Amino acid sequence: MLAVNFLLLGAALFAIGVYGVIARRNAVMVLMSIELILNAVSLNLVAFSLMTGAVDGQVFALYVIAIAAAEVGVGLAMVLMIYRNRKTIALDELSEMKG
Amino acid sequence: MSAVILAADGVNVSQNVGFGIIAAIMIFAALNVVTTKNVVHAALWLVVVLSGVAAQYILAAAEFVAISQVLVYIGAVMVLFLFGIMLTRAQIGKEAGLNNTGWVLGIPVGLVLFGLLAWVILDAFGDDLLPDRGPAPTVMLSDQFLGIYLIPFLAISFVLLAAAIGAIVLARKD
Repeated sequence: MLAVNFLLLGAALFAIGVYGVIARRNAVMVLMSIELILNAVSLNLVAFSLMTGAVDGQVFALYVIAIAAAEVGVGLAMVLMIYRNRKTIALDELSEMKG
Repeated sequence: MSAVILAADGVNVSQNVGFGIIAAIMIFAALNVVTTKNVVHAALWLVVVLSGVAAQYILAAAEFVAISQVLVYIGAVMVLFLFGIMLTRAQIGKEAGLNNTGWVLGIPVGLVLFGLLAWVILDAFGDDLLPDRGPAPTVMLSDQFLGIYLIPFLAISFVLLAAAIGAIVLARKD
């Protein structure tokens, strides 16, 4: 199996995730796109681990999974708080910081 | 044609076929996640992508990571997402206004990013073959976690604890 298979799949998932982060207006959808990006990265890490024969890539992939779980927990709690205060989670309406 | 060359090199053809099928499903599902008009459908398509990633981990001989992916992502993270969708009272049908006004800008950004990444990857790894290794034993992983990666391992426990407490504090009513 060619090494570029995994890496190109990771690149495609990453690009789709970046498109989602830019295009989506709903905060939960943006968090889902961030999950796509994180998965693309850990797919690359596992492929590198297979390439070199060391398991460090898999260790890093497990760290990415743990960080992603923490990120989703805090992110969704923030989204819930924004919803409670503003009754909307559309990201372009949160513009108090704009001068 | 390249498939014939690959077969001549003693490449595992069934592995390549499996990879191709799963990868096509994953790309289709990922495109649906970012384009569908229904928030609940987006979450369900995300399940397909995450299961595909787990399947690719198994193809890449990383069973422990694959099991963790299923447990953490499909088991826990997706439930969190569905709770988030439910508690923010998204419509259960089609919903207008899920995209930004400038969403078209995302298409060239995504395409350019993918082109650049693909060019760099093909330039650097060209036709490197992955060696035909068996699965790495989980003992090796645990040796790494409790050996040189012990400090980051402890640090990530504190990160998870802080995230759990922070999420509770943020989401409490009073």
